[in-house]
Amino acid sequence: MTTILELTGVSKAFGGIRANRNVSLNVKQGEIVGLIGPNGSGKTTLFSSIVGAHPVDAGTIRFKDVDITPLRVPQIARLGLLRTFQQTRIYGGMTCMQNMVISASQRDATLFDLFARERADLDDRAERLLEFVGLYGKRHLPGGSLSFGQQKLLEFAMALMNEPDMLMLDEPTAGINPTLINGLVDRLKRANEEFGVTLFVIEHNMRAIMTLAERIYCLAHGELLAEGRPEEVRNDRRVIDAYLGAY
Amino acid sequence: MTARHRLLLIAAAGLIGVLWPVLLPAYTIQMAELWLFIVFALTWDLVGGQMGYNSFGNVVFVGVGMYACAVVQVSILYSVSAYTAARGGGTEFVFPPDAYLTGLGLGLAAGAVAAVVVALCLGSLVLGMRGHYFAICTLGLGVAAGELAAGWDWLGAGAGMTAPPPPREIGDTNMLFYYMSLALAAVTFLGLGWLYRTRFVLAINAIRDDEDKAEAMGLDTTRIKVTAWAIGALFLGVAGGIYGNLKRFIDPTEVAFSGATVGVWMVLMAILGGKGTLWGPVIGAIVFQVTKEFFWTFLLGWQRVALGVLIVLIVVFFPQGILGWVRERFPERFGHTVEPDTVPAAAKDTVQ
Repeated sequence: MTTILELTGVSKAFGGIRANRNVSLNVKQGEIVGLIGPNGSGKTTLFSSIVGAHPVDAGTIRFKDVDITPLRVPQIARLGLLRTFQQTRIYGGMTCMQNMVISASQRDATLFDLFARERADLDDRAERLLEFVGLYGKRHLPGGSLSFGQQKLLEFAMALMNEPDMLMLDEPTAGINPTLINGLVDRLKRANEEFGVTLFVIEHNMRAIMTLAERIYCLAHGELLAEGRPEEVRNDRRVIDAYLGAY
Repeated sequence: MTARHRLLLIAAAGLIGVLWPVLLPAYTIQMAELWLFIVFALTWDLVGGQMGYNSFGNVVFVGVGMYACAVVQVSILYSVSAYTAARGGGTEFVFPPDAYLTGLGLGLAAGAVAAVVVALCLGSLVLGMRGHYFAICTLGLGVAAGELAAGWDWLGAGAGMTAPPPPREIGDTNMLFYYMSLALAAVTFLGLGWLYRTRFVLAINAIRDDEDKAEAMGLDTTRIKVTAWAIGALFLGVAGGIYGNLKRFIDPTEVAFSGATVGVWMVLMAILGGKGTLWGPVIGAIVFQVTKEFFWTFLLGWQRVALGVLIVLIVVFFPQGILGWVRERFPERFGHTVEPDTVPAAAKDTVQ
């Protein structure tokens, strides 16, 4: 398996707060990798650094053998690396279908492509993906009128619409009821198998991430604490201590 | 509203527009102004409504178009500085019909080009700001442009500039400018109607709803925003050129860059009709122009107070505008319907 994402010695500080310190990790093509850690351990900061939302202080980030450290958000998204947000973000004033159609990949797209008439193939794919997440019947409703859980599903479908090579999900199961969590985990796995999307997932729900991920990294105080297969990480003394506050 | 209804409505509006000066010649100027107001409201809504960037500076493009048009109209025969120095008196400047019409055509084109160039230059600077910061900044742009024009001797400085006097052979120029305004309103309406069926409008709607998300999905937000502003400026530049000739006198701060009147009115018309819709600004402009003329006729002396009260009432009772209010009442008319999940296999996973 080839490495799709590789971080070497990434550090990021906000004033005196060192959110990430010398973080090195990698994700292989087609893998599902988890990222866990107590609140405030720097998980979301690491995601933001990877997608170019802010420049890093030190270290390099490589995606598909391209150094993306100096690139900004839209450029990195066009390379096929996408993130979803912890506080679900969709276009509330637009219908689900419109949300989907404008989420289509912008790779190799120019400004003029936007002036072409709406394309039937996009509508088609949007409908199939909405069906995949179970929102087909609500496709003509404004995104903002959906419940929180449904918005999460819509955001996930939008991400798939973009046909990314790799998707980074920030707490996909937060605020969703337990039954739906199982359905979501199942869909994430299917997206990984059927669409071949590499997944990198921040998660606090231990049961969900243990069944989903093949490999897990644990962050604490901005530093990488442990790495390994789910059962190894789960039984790691340092990880347990970090969550209980001993570290 | 079906496609047929829509077509009928457009045809009726067109017919009224074409016949108006024949049927009610006394109101030709007010009606010409209405067509220009529709252009102002429609183009404001492109950026303010559809893209969510509340601009108080669109009047800059009107002023730029107005001055650019007048300058080209004059310079086709005379030196602009000699023309403005005469202050409309002293030397007589004669424009023969041929030269006048050529100048007008070239002037309107120059107005459009100048406005687009200004939009592209300013856009990349100010569209980096968001929300209130953008609104305040554009407010400043309008004021700054007015002060610049008022200090520029070549353009007549604070004394302003008169549009070239039309030759007598052309006849009633109000009719000419009326039909030009009508044509421009029609082109703007149809042009934006086309634009709102492309994915470009989805891109600017996405920027309105969540710009960070749009960026994270790979949309080139900066270029999209500047393009939208430049499209608005294109129509506003031409509108400004016509408006200057209709008004005949171009005052730098009262007519050309008048943030307190036209600059605010265009925002008001779009909000009154319903932001983020194609018909909203049109309805808003009609309601606004009719009430404004009504106030000026029957409440003279109190007209500005009445207008102020109207603004307060609109914002308090119709924050979503007329069309927005209708959409809230009858969402299914706008296609916001729930359908059964047609695929039974997926139904068991469906979130309720």
